[in-house]
Amino acid sequence: MVFEGLADKLQGALQKLKSKGKLSEKDVKEAMREVKLALLEADVNFKVVKDFIDKVKDRAVGNEVLESLTPGQQVIKIVNEELTALMGTTQSKITFSSKPPTVIMLVGLQGAGKTTTGGKLGGYLKKSGKRPLLVAGDIYRPAAIKQLQVVGGQLDLPVFTLGDKVSPVHIAKAGVEHAVKHGNDLVIIDTAGRLHIDDHLMEELQNIKQEVKPHEILLVLDAMTGQDAVNVAEIFNEKLGIDGVILTKLDGDTRGGAALSVRAVTNKPIKFIGMGEKLNELEPFFPDRMASRILGM
Amino acid sequence: KTYKKVDDELFEEIEEILITSDVGVNTTMKIIEKLRTEAKERKVTEASDLKGLLKEILVEILDYGDAHQLGIHPAPAILLIVGVNGVGKTTSIGKIAHRIKSQGKKVLLAAGDTFRAAAIDQLEIWGNRVGVDVIKHQEGADPAAVLFDAIQSAKARKIDVLICDTAGRLHNKKNLMNELGKVSKVLEREYGNATKDVLLVLDATTGQNAIQQAKTFKEVVDINGIILTKLDGTAKGGVVLAISSELNVPVKLIGVGEGVNDLQVFEPKSFVNALFGDDI
Ligand SMILES: Nc1nc2c(ncn2[C@@H]2O[C@H](COP(=O)(O)OP(=O)(O)OP(=O)(O)O)[C@@H](O)[C@H]2O)c(=O)[nH]1
Ligand SMILES: Nc1nc2c(ncn2[C@@H]2O[C@H](COP(=O)(O)OP(=O)(O)OP(=O)(O)O)[C@@H](O)[C@H]2O)c(=O)[nH]1
Ligand SMILES: [K+]
Ligand SMILES: [Mg+2]
Ligand SMILES: [Mg+2]
Repeated sequence: MVFEGLADKLQGALQKLKSKGKLSEKDVKEAMREVKLALLEADVNFKVVKDFIDKVKDRAVGNEVLESLTPGQQVIKIVNEELTALMGTTQSKITFSSKPPTVIMLVGLQGAGKTTTGGKLGGYLKKSGKRPLLVAGDIYRPAAIKQLQVVGGQLDLPVFTLGDKVSPVHIAKAGVEHAVKHGNDLVIIDTAGRLHIDDHLMEELQNIKQEVKPHEILLVLDAMTGQDAVNVAEIFNEKLGIDGVILTKLDGDTRGGAALSVRAVTNKPIKFIGMGEKLNELEPFFPDRMASRILGM
Repeated sequence: KTYKKVDDELFEEIEEILITSDVGVNTTMKIIEKLRTEAKERKVTEASDLKGLLKEILVEILDYGDAHQLGIHPAPAILLIVGVNGVGKTTSIGKIAHRIKSQGKKVLLAAGDTFRAAAIDQLEIWGNRVGVDVIKHQEGADPAAVLFDAIQSAKARKIDVLICDTAGRLHNKKNLMNELGKVSKVLEREYGNATKDVLLVLDATTGQNAIQQAKTFKEVVDINGIILTKLDGTAKGGVVLAISSELNVPVKLIGVGEGVNDLQVFEPKSFVNALFGDDI
């Protein structure tokens, strides 16, 4: 069934192993096929799944497992360990500059959740004593600036804008200068959604980077993204050098395989997760929790 | 291109293309099985013939004949646009309005997203851009009340097509889906005689979750068409194959950019060709 959870599937496949005393190479292979299908159904990228399965298979058919008294549990442990390793092992935080303001730039595809997340992040960090300034760097999307202003208003955060007739590079630079002058120790730059293959707009981001040298460039990614997540993450990382990922819309019922894909291709940490439309629904990302959520363990 | 014979490796290659296009494991397996059977029956041995056969099978899944047409005849008609957050509902409305207005129709928009920050302003900018009026209330107002007003206005102004925007909502949020159900009831009650099309907007970058989206929205508001957006990226939107074969909902329009003209009628053949590019 399509909608059966990944965790159930893994449990199902591995339960068969658990009940057996000894594992043959064929047993492992069969179970790994089910793990593979389950991961694919969870939207983990095809190539990432392949590599993952090869790794687990290698370890699982090793002597250590076949001769262990509880080979099934051993395999479950290996799957769990490798998955957690793939998700990253520790929780990542924002690195603040010793010379404020710290500049954070949010980038990503259209509709991923950048503007909302920018507000959320500002609100989140304000609670820990920061004085954030939101910078309206999207001059393209209809009412993008207004959207950020409304969000800023709801959180009681200042929003810097120069309207939509000035280049985003200039806006970003002026925004940081404004922050310096007004004692904001944190600048969060909202940018327009763009396709990773849009050279012109990707160059715009490179120019912003060059101009304001952000301490953190965070890729905002929709948790429902399918196989394409690797292309998006890889190219944004290649062109900009991202420092981390924020995964949005995890309040849905998606399996969230994109989390695995993105980690695997960029090796950059997922720092926060979006858990709703409301502006307080941002949570730190815990790799072990995500792996456990996926595995149901 | 190298000259190739049909073998297991080729089937595996096809499987990989389908899965990396987000077609999903189940639907991919079904397609491969059918392809194997028919290839045997028709004694296909050349790779190029197999490719043709595969395309036939895929087009058959996607092709709904006349049901791909936007349901706007006879006037008056109403389009209700629904979907999860950020998929492209409001933008698609702007594009559709432009398209049918240039066909000589009188169009009116309803700002039914009263929740998201500046959603009303966004729709108004689109309205101005394409020269179409927008009926709106304040942010936070009841969307059913907005639709009610918009319908009265459409009747008074003898509007051909009323297009109603709705707030993005995840299908697993019961209260938000109920709210949508309420909007749909107002539509039935107040505009029962109008031609009705309920369109689900899907983002082509979405993976298997799109199936659940389509399933749940269909239960609540009986969607009868899909708008597949963001096909100008590198995602293929293959999940509509699963939706087409499992849920019986045709794709009607595709979005291929952020501009007012970046909307196209869905063509099963071109879609299938784009799925494969020059890969096989
Ligand atoms: N359910 C849910 N919705 C979210 C979350 N984050 C953002 N959204 C919604 O997703 C939609 C798009 O969010 P935006 O912040 O406008 O996305 P964006 O990336 O700025 O979009 P563009 O500027 O058009 O590229 C809005 O409806 C948001 O309310 C989340 O974590 N959960
Ligand atoms: N590249 C591309 N971008 C698109 C397409 N359609 C919409 N977008 C962009 O996607 C983003 C979200 O579009 P919206 O129309 O605001 O989406 P929505 O579904 O109304 O979002 P919510 O109301 O927040 O749920 C915007 O930046 C649009 O410009 C498309 O076909 N291609
Ligand atoms: K999206
Ligand atoms: Mg935005
Ligand atoms: Mg909208």
